[in-house]
Amino acid sequence: MKTALGDLELRQPRTLDEALAMLRDDGPLLPLAGCTDVYVQLEFGVMPARRFMDVSRLRELRGIERMDGGGLRIGAGATYTEIVRAPLVAQRLPMLVAASREVGGVQIQNRGTLGGNVANASPAGDSLPVLAAADAVVVLRSAADGERRVPFTAFHTGYRASVLRPDELIVAFEIPPVEGEQWFRKVGTRAAQAISKVVFAGVKGGPRPRIAIGSVAPTVVRAFRTEEALASGASIEEAQQVFGEEIRPIDDIRSTAEYRRRVAANLLRRWWVGQ
Amino acid sequence: MRFELNGQEVEVDAHPMRRLLDVLRVECGLTGTKEGCGEGECGACTVLVDGEPVCSCLVPFAQAGGTSVVTIEGLGGKHPLQRAFGDHGGAQCGICTPGMILAAVALGPNPTLEQVRVGLAGNLCRCTGYEAIYRSVLGAYEAVDDRRPAAEAPAVGGGSKADGGAAFGTGADGGRSDVAGAGRSRSNGSGADAGAGSAGKAGL
Repeated sequence: MKTALGDLELRQPRTLDEALAMLRDDGPLLPLAGCTDVYVQLEFGVMPARRFMDVSRLRELRGIERMDGGGLRIGAGATYTEIVRAPLVAQRLPMLVAASREVGGVQIQNRGTLGGNVANASPAGDSLPVLAAADAVVVLRSAADGERRVPFTAFHTGYRASVLRPDELIVAFEIPPVEGEQWFRKVGTRAAQAISKVVFAGVKGGPRPRIAIGSVAPTVVRAFRTEEALASGASIEEAQQVFGEEIRPIDDIRSTAEYRRRVAANLLRRWWVGQ
Repeated sequence: MRFELNGQEVEVDAHPMRRLLDVLRVECGLTGTKEGCGEGECGACTVLVDGEPVCSCLVPFAQAGGTSVVTIEGLGGKHPLQRAFGDHGGAQCGICTPGMILAAVALGPNPTLEQVRVGLAGNLCRCTGYEAIYRSVLGAYEAVDDRRPAAEAPAVGGGSKADGGAAFGTGADGGRSDVAGAGRSRSNGSGADAGAGSAGKAGL
């Protein structure tokens, strides 16, 4: 590991209140749980943070529960494995199960958490399009202000940036009932252990179509205009045109803008017309 | 800090952010756990924490406190999977083998081919092309219980050879590669049952 251990500090709160007090009184501290991103950065010596707080044992962040009215509440500390194994998620948000199964191998799924994926704020996060398409709400908590709720689509503000304050933790995600058929596709170099080139979640057959796509802009994109076009009877070619205007893919180490545009348009077609 | 290591309560003093991988290899002297990529991609450093496979290069030592950790040494060299990796040529250079075996242990006895593919998707191998590894995992629980050659042949598609065990066993169990016959008779009664084993054959 390229980072010297002597410089690092780890705080280990036992309760959520203790954790929030630490963030308020003794920050900045970078929360860590599954460490599947943190240790990659430590390994390469590019982790800017030196002080960390382990939130993996906070019971308040665990659990997957049904909410009144048919919704679903998933604790920020829920691991992908817990999500894959939860009958409640399979029932209400199967596209999240599909996404969780494709996050790395089993070893990564056993450690990585939904809250970590969102807080890490990479546009390639596999769960992000699902949460965007599902109209999820991010529940944040701080010692100063208690709880506040932010629509998932307003959470990320730019590349690796979000509205999360340094004194706040993501506590949970609330997902209202999703009407319609859910669909998820990840396109990467290989099926397991690959970071997405394009990642897509869609819902159709409900009151209106919903589309979210990752790895094609600085943040995950909820394609409202494309949804609108499809809802008002546009052809798939017209919708692909609008979709192309809503995304901002770039060339990077994993793919090219051109390839991503093509794949995005193809995924839209495959999802909408099945071919 | 206290945790259970291969069935024994141990107390180890190390920095809370030190990788579990380093604690196991350096502080505990258990070098069976290998470091491959160091970034959670290759699975070579896989160990079981409370029964679940994890990449020990991504686990801060602090998070191991109070857990039960199993490394390849904890299988004692006599586990049916260790023997099967030798018998079926599942190990070549051996770097991926401890991680492969621990990921396979987590699948329990008699997994289907699909379960093996998914369960080992996080373990990369540069040598075998994976087929021999799949044969090893699928064959592990069949071979232990039944010495009849006729029962074994169809199970592994002709890929099982007794001399394979002698040639390839070292990566998996640190040099104790029992030749097939003797090894199998000793592991009789280890819990695998022949009935369920034949269901695994169908998966091939």
